[in-house]
Amino acid sequence: MTENLETRLPVLNRLGLHARAAAKIALLASRFQADIILERDGVQADARSILDILGLGCPQGVEVRVRAQGPEAEQAVEAIADLFWRHFGEQG
Amino acid sequence: MTPLAVREVWPHNKVLKGIPASPGIVIGPAYVLGERNKVRITHNYLDSRDEVEVEIHRFRDAVAHTRKEIADIKHSITDEFQEHAYILDTHLLILQDKLLYDETIRLIQEEHINAEWALKEAVKKAQALFNRIADPYIKSRIQDVGDVSERVLRRLTGGSPLNLRNLAEPVIIVAVDLSPVDTTQMSTDQVKGFITETGGKTSHTAIMAQSMEIPAVVALEKATLEIDNGDTLILDGLNGTVVINPDANMLDIYRQRKKKFEDFKHDVGKCSFLPAITLDEHQTQVLANIEFQEEVGLALDYGADGIGLYRTEFLYLRQQQLPTEEELFEDYKTVAGMMAPRRVTIRTLDIGGDKFASHLEYAPGINPAMGLRAIRFCLKEHSIFRTQLRAILRASLYGQVRLMFPLISGMQEVVAARRILEEIKGELHREGHGFDPAMPVGLMIEVPSAVMLADLLAREADFFSIGTNDLIQYALAIDRGNKYVASMYQPLHPAVLRMIKQVVDGGHAAGISVAVCGEMAGDPLYTPILLGLGVDELSMNALAIPVVKRIVRHASMEEAQEFARQALQHGSVEEVNAYVTGVMAKRFPEVFIFGRELASAAA
Repeated sequence: MTENLETRLPVLNRLGLHARAAAKIALLASRFQADIILERDGVQADARSILDILGLGCPQGVEVRVRAQGPEAEQAVEAIADLFWRHFGEQG
Repeated sequence: MTPLAVREVWPHNKVLKGIPASPGIVIGPAYVLGERNKVRITHNYLDSRDEVEVEIHRFRDAVAHTRKEIADIKHSITDEFQEHAYILDTHLLILQDKLLYDETIRLIQEEHINAEWALKEAVKKAQALFNRIADPYIKSRIQDVGDVSERVLRRLTGGSPLNLRNLAEPVIIVAVDLSPVDTTQMSTDQVKGFITETGGKTSHTAIMAQSMEIPAVVALEKATLEIDNGDTLILDGLNGTVVINPDANMLDIYRQRKKKFEDFKHDVGKCSFLPAITLDEHQTQVLANIEFQEEVGLALDYGADGIGLYRTEFLYLRQQQLPTEEELFEDYKTVAGMMAPRRVTIRTLDIGGDKFASHLEYAPGINPAMGLRAIRFCLKEHSIFRTQLRAILRASLYGQVRLMFPLISGMQEVVAARRILEEIKGELHREGHGFDPAMPVGLMIEVPSAVMLADLLAREADFFSIGTNDLIQYALAIDRGNKYVASMYQPLHPAVLRMIKQVVDGGHAAGISVAVCGEMAGDPLYTPILLGLGVDELSMNALAIPVVKRIVRHASMEEAQEFARQALQHGSVEEVNAYVTGVMAKRFPEVFIFGRELASAAA
């Protein structure tokens, strides 16, 4: 079964989607059978590409849309949402 | 003077100014890690299909080798830098990123260009992507892309990997930025100082330089452009000055300054392990503030009489799930054991509800410093609080553990927190766990309301610890992060001095000791006045301990009391500042020679 899911997430951590946070997303995204796209203000990024994610240039406070398609789309979106809500495990 | 003569003089004594990040002075040749040392590459057009295949193969091979190179570095990282290993994980991800890896192969195939040039083009495209980013911090990460591609290029051009392990002579490293990874690859006995274009007082470079005990200046713009390989440099980590190619006169001046500083440091260092006793035999405790278990070594090296503030937030923030009681217990037990028989003051959690993913209903709010944090959060989230209290109590068996509650604003919080603590003691007792039943319980005084109630709160506490950073901020309504008002953040404000006095008097009337654990405690300029106000313990960054001990040992309690009494007479902060600076300059000139720089480089 193929799912197609979308959710909106706020960037809560102080440093925004910087190298460490982007690395966490890219690593996590590559574990799921799903194509995952992050989008900010119409600019899209492949969630498996750390450079794409950094290229979105998301500071603290902006909103990111996450879209996933594929057999594990639901788990993927949930896992990525969890990462956002936990501030990528960072202080601040 | 002829123009020619001017030109001859011109290259000498060029002075650059940055932020001092690690104290000390060093003179030596520059070793620049900059653009100009990078691999030079050429553009080749590929004529045949075969050549394209060869180039792709060469590229894949170079990437594979680079992957191994990075993995090897990651493997060789020593424990002290372990938490920075993530940078290497980031580099591994960049190495296989489609924008770099897939794009380079595509360019070789479609544009028929050699691997080096294709990679360079791919990097350029990534650069263009990064150029659009507004956030300066994220934007600066293009540097990681540069680092990674540089490694691959070195492989492609047959160059050896950048190696700082075999430095032939002592050098001062000049770089745009230094990561902990870079320093793990240096032969540290040959590295005598760091200069970087980026960073601040708390950057990796600063922390590494302090632990290596070598001087560093950071935030020195264009350093890698202004400084050439082999230039003679004077690096002054006390005031942030760098002099390029100094003339004989300048060298002489700095050799004298260097000697003076080293004599001072040596002299001050002798006080590290002596007790902080005044000339008239009044004993004070000089303690260290720490945030990680790893800092205990530094605290002991600098002669701390104990830990006056162990901030416990790190274990809660480094991982996504809450730490277990066992994890906390092991950590507190280790710190208590390492410091024993010296005391270890553990402050319960001082973060806000918004930091916990499991409690997202607590939004950060506009003014988080005044929001749901510290004791307020703990009293709302009993299970988190209880787990920590259980761990602290159990660790109390392994050393001299004291507990303190942060951000107390009134009696009700003390009563509620102590009630929970008593319940947990009963619980542990029934379960057969050991603990120190007399573990002292202190209160942090950082809210003005607690100052007003100090005499009453003292009856419910075993000690006070004044958190001056927050207290000054709340008392003067100054946000230090706001550049328009930051200059009004004044530790010697008459209101602040009166508050400290009120807390000390309230505490002493009830027979309990009073500590100060904010930045004020570690600034030697304030040492005599805090002594004179009656403060019993000072807790600070470990680097400041020797200087502060030295001031205590050269002062008498009688003069300190008179000094504080006079200071309290002044009605405006300008008058107090002028008075204190004037007296200190006469009585403790060493504070102004190097003392404040030495103490504050790490603040």
